[in-house]
Amino acid sequence: MSGYVGDVVALARKDLLLELRARDTLPAMLLFVVSTLVVFHFALPQGAGDDAAYGLLWVALVFTALFGLARAWVPEREHAALDGLVLATGDRSAIWLAKTVAALAFLGAAEVVALPAFAVLFAPLDAAAVLGVVLASVGICVVGTLASAMAAAGRGREVILPLLVLPLSIPLVVGGVGASVSSEPRTYVAFLCLYDAVFAILSWASFEYVVTE
Amino acid sequence: MSAGEKYVAAAYGVVFLFVLVWVAIIAAKLARLERETGELAELARGRRHDG
Amino acid sequence: MPARITLPTLSVISVALMAAAVTMIFFVAPEDADQGISQKIFYFHVPIALTAYVLFGLGAWKALRVLWTRGERYDLESYTAIHQGTIFGALTLITGAIWAKASWGVWWTWSSNQLVLFLVLFLFYCAYFMLRFSVEAGPRRERISAVYALFGVALIPVSFLAIRLASDFIHPTVFTREGPQMTGTMFGAFCVAWAAIVVLALVMYSVELAGKRTDAHLRELREALGR
Repeated sequence: MSGYVGDVVALARKDLLLELRARDTLPAMLLFVVSTLVVFHFALPQGAGDDAAYGLLWVALVFTALFGLARAWVPEREHAALDGLVLATGDRSAIWLAKTVAALAFLGAAEVVALPAFAVLFAPLDAAAVLGVVLASVGICVVGTLASAMAAAGRGREVILPLLVLPLSIPLVVGGVGASVSSEPRTYVAFLCLYDAVFAILSWASFEYVVTE
Repeated sequence: MSAGEKYVAAAYGVVFLFVLVWVAIIAAKLARLERETGELAELARGRRHDG
Repeated sequence: MPARITLPTLSVISVALMAAAVTMIFFVAPEDADQGISQKIFYFHVPIALTAYVLFGLGAWKALRVLWTRGERYDLESYTAIHQGTIFGALTLITGAIWAKASWGVWWTWSSNQLVLFLVLFLFYCAYFMLRFSVEAGPRRERISAVYALFGVALIPVSFLAIRLASDFIHPTVFTREGPQMTGTMFGAFCVAWAAIVVLALVMYSVELAGKRTDAHLRELREALGR
């Protein structure tokens, strides 16, 4: 098992180091999420209330995640490294897990900026809302990494990815918004956990079929 | 016809229309298949006469 | 599908069932006391929706077979089932919209969970075709399509749950379609209509599949003849 964990750690580390060196994704995501929030301020009519702002926060988060996921497999594609990686790694699901961890790290970093910015600019966030964001981020990275690998196999991947991820992220938005605005956030948090578990198992088990020739 | 009757007719009409459109698409496909098999048969016939 | 019943027989059964269903719906089943004539939409709308679920499930089942056995045959079957499911999903949306207009006066209502679920599924399965057509034909495409189809059956219950949860905070007003209990003949008409729609779906599925298989055979022939 240490071989599996070792693979995951090494691959995730590679992605993070690559990002630290090239700074391709994270600064763009940060700028994107803050710009989106500013646009939302002008999109919300006067006196729209906090609930509408919470809704828009979720739109911003989903699109920021998409923004990051679109670049998830770019390093491998640019150097045509995915096939080699698939051949070299014993268990292919390790590649998926590592990529998910890396995507989650980027999204998490963007959220570390976005959530305080949201709290300052719009409305306060309580613990349940933050928990909702964390769980939904896990879900969207789990599903998005796989969808991104699927989209990368075809032409027009930039166009396909949002089409694949948006319908899949609707339950996450429901759970996240519910955790933010409901007075009974526990149900929504439990629902997000369920989503994460179901789709993590499914993605983990099926990734191999997506990348092998 | 009352408004309710109109909506019922519309709903069933839409289903009917969908099936018709589907038939039209399948018919177009059949025509294409016929043409392509015809071409292949022509080709096979030519081969037989040659060799 | 085992070909114990041939396609022509199935088509004849489909026509007979459809005729019986229409007769039952319009001439045997009484008019609903509450909703009046517009309740008749129910006899087609709900069976079409249920059949769409069956077709999506069939597509996922065949997708599982693709992953197990790697066969082009199952890929075509899965693709055809999902294609049919999407057609029936679109029909569910349209007939649902007409019903909403007839009974509530609006073309769309977010408080009908079934309709919202179908909208999500419709979008999801439309993306299936975008994905499929963007990847080059081959074993890779078969497997990617299969994985996506499997995600679909996981998404159905999860979305269902999500939409139920969402209706708690988005729109607390609840319309319900559960009218008074169906009487005997109404239930009978519903069952016949459902059977008719399922058989119709089977016929359409088989015809489309035959076309796609012929297409594949033609491609092979063309290669064999050296063109």
